[in-house]
Amino acid sequence: MSRPTDIYLDNAATTRVAREVSQVVVDCMEKEYGNTASAHHLGISAERRVKEARAQLLAAVGDAGGALGDVIWTSGGTESDALGVMGSARARGRRGHHIVYSSIEHSAVRQSIARMVRGGWQASEIPVDRDGVISLDALEKLIGEETQVVALMLVNNEIGTIQPVAEAARRVRVLRPDVHVHCDAVQALGKIPVDVGALGADSVAFSAHKIHGPKGSGALWIRHSAQLDAMWGGGGHQDGLRSGTLNVPGIAGMGEAVRIAIAEREQHAARWSGFATVLTEAARAAGCDVRVNGEAAPRAPHVISIAFRGIPAQPLLHTLESRGVLVSAGSACSERDRRPSHVLQAIDLGADFGTVRLSFGRETLADEVERAAAVLTDAVRSLR
Amino acid sequence: MQSAASDKPDRGVVVLRLGEIFLKGRNRRKFSGALVANARRLVASLDDVTVEPKHLRVLVRHPARLERQVLERLGHLFGLHSMAPAVVTARELEAIADAAVAEARAFAPGTTFKVESNRRDKSFPLTSMDVSREVGGRVQIATGLPVDVHQPARVIRVELTEEAGFVFSRILPGPGGLPVGTAGHTALLLSGGIDSPVAGWSAMRRGCTLSAIYFHSFPFTGDKTKEKVLDLARRLAVWHGPITVHVVHFTEVQKALRAAGPAELAVVLYRRMMMRAASLIAAGEGARALVTGENLGQVASQTLDNLAVIEEAAALPVLRPLVTFDKIEIIERAERIGTYELSIQPYDDCCSLFVPRHPATHARLIDAQRAEASLDVGEMARELAARAEAIRV
Repeated sequence: MSRPTDIYLDNAATTRVAREVSQVVVDCMEKEYGNTASAHHLGISAERRVKEARAQLLAAVGDAGGALGDVIWTSGGTESDALGVMGSARARGRRGHHIVYSSIEHSAVRQSIARMVRGGWQASEIPVDRDGVISLDALEKLIGEETQVVALMLVNNEIGTIQPVAEAARRVRVLRPDVHVHCDAVQALGKIPVDVGALGADSVAFSAHKIHGPKGSGALWIRHSAQLDAMWGGGGHQDGLRSGTLNVPGIAGMGEAVRIAIAEREQHAARWSGFATVLTEAARAAGCDVRVNGEAAPRAPHVISIAFRGIPAQPLLHTLESRGVLVSAGSACSERDRRPSHVLQAIDLGADFGTVRLSFGRETLADEVERAAAVLTDAVRSLR
Repeated sequence: MQSAASDKPDRGVVVLRLGEIFLKGRNRRKFSGALVANARRLVASLDDVTVEPKHLRVLVRHPARLERQVLERLGHLFGLHSMAPAVVTARELEAIADAAVAEARAFAPGTTFKVESNRRDKSFPLTSMDVSREVGGRVQIATGLPVDVHQPARVIRVELTEEAGFVFSRILPGPGGLPVGTAGHTALLLSGGIDSPVAGWSAMRRGCTLSAIYFHSFPFTGDKTKEKVLDLARRLAVWHGPITVHVVHFTEVQKALRAAGPAELAVVLYRRMMMRAASLIAAGEGARALVTGENLGQVASQTLDNLAVIEEAAALPVLRPLVTFDKIEIIERAERIGTYELSIQPYDDCCSLFVPRHPATHARLIDAQRAEASLDVGEMARELAARAEAIRV
């Protein structure tokens, strides 16, 4: 239960469902509850909802009308990444067995690749620089005869850095025109402009709950020319690529969430950048060695990751929570039973830095951020 | 094979054999009374299940469809040596033989068997030997299974009491030990780790009831860790009944202790303070001992010297059921009792701040006392105990 005193700065973890969205979800649960496969009017109205959501998502990602690709509805970002990575790899298993991915990919991508590796595939990791951006030259060197899939995220979920996916895809295609490029854009949708055509990817993963949509709902955009193997069989829904009765409430909710996120994006992006500045200044005011992770790189506006030398991450998180500020935390060192963050390790952040990630949503207010900033300064001082 | 199912009456019984309780002479009544009460608690939420003491046995009668649930729950009954799901029959050879045949029909083809009988009711017209011979013969004719009186693969047992006959062929092991509640009350120092829940389980198995005491160091350990400790206590409560967990808010005292002495003594000072506060809380609820998951040599600071210095601060005896266990043995036991999967969930670690890089391995009491001299440790302990938050799970 959220408390009236909570200042929720953990929107990169998940967001509160927008009122407009929950209305759509409830309508699809209570009124338009038909199965899209049914021939009667309830089935037709459910199908109409899904078509509408499809149009909303395609328009939001620069592919209005679906000229370039189509949408597969999934259970969220993780499934979309799994289908994009494993589905494309399996479809290409006869041509080669090599995957290239960045060292800061989300676990959904990393663990999907780990599964392919257990099945005999090779995988190569593209290193990032200290600001969390991949090296395009390193990427080129890793592409070989065997390479079938390249996975690159657009916005990193921990530190918010934006990867040069379009340029990477272009360079990959010069070397190997038929490689499948998968892009995890879960943290990008609604936060920075996303144009699947310009990205040059073959599959792009999205999630609803990061943009005030319902949990359990996501999508994978796939280029018409892309080949995927389904993860499981069933009734042949969604061209056999993702069998299972369509989650109409989740899909319609996602469509509405996407519509709002795109309409409001520019307005919020400006506010969020300001919030990030306020919190960074507050962190520096605490008087210890402070680093903004990925500072010199292009970053998405809704998330800022701040590291404090000599301040352990978990106690800082709990101190902030005890004062009503809800954030996420991580560090590059293994805190006994807590795994270190592979992203913070990849950017070579010292083990003596504790990191907090502060992330904003459409509901985050300027005065909340002001209060959170004061709490942050205090909390860091109390732990020094 | 149809008949095996259709012969089965709609009521079943589980015959409980009690463990060391027999050894307890004049205390037997107290021990079996506790066992019966605990068995009743375990099956309380199942409809139409009764627990009745009968001479040296306890009978749990249940609707046949609940057999699996009844056996699963009785698996948590300390003091239970073994249990046998049985069929209750009339005191007639005919009925007994029918039940024995039904039992044998569940055996694999070719299984050797014998029948063993036991006549508590000496007024029964046949001797035990006669019953065995007669029933065995009928089973052999009905099923074609071979009799082997010397090394049978399966034994069908017949017990005759004044009221009924019992026929069974399966004997399942119970958890052993002594009934919870027969050895007095203790207080368990419970953390989110692997060892302390196992220590608590071991004390319960020797008949102790327990409360748990958890030292919480917010913000250095988060509230998720507290939830995890409560989940561990809930898991122990399956064997015990509801448990009170005392959450002691330890952070400020921990900071004062760290500032008071040399860094390498910190762990010993924290643990001495835990002993003091735990002794007060424990004494307040009539506990006769503290129970800890401490082990000899598992970590560098768990030496005999350190254990002695730590124990010196306790006002009650300190039981360490795991003191000589290997870690692998503790893990096996934790897996068996269902606490391991909870214990290995990630939890916050206060160590980075509160634990020195090189803790003392051979602390001296005089050094600990010297470090504590600048503090009113007695008052600190009273304050910790007074402010502890009690949660019943």
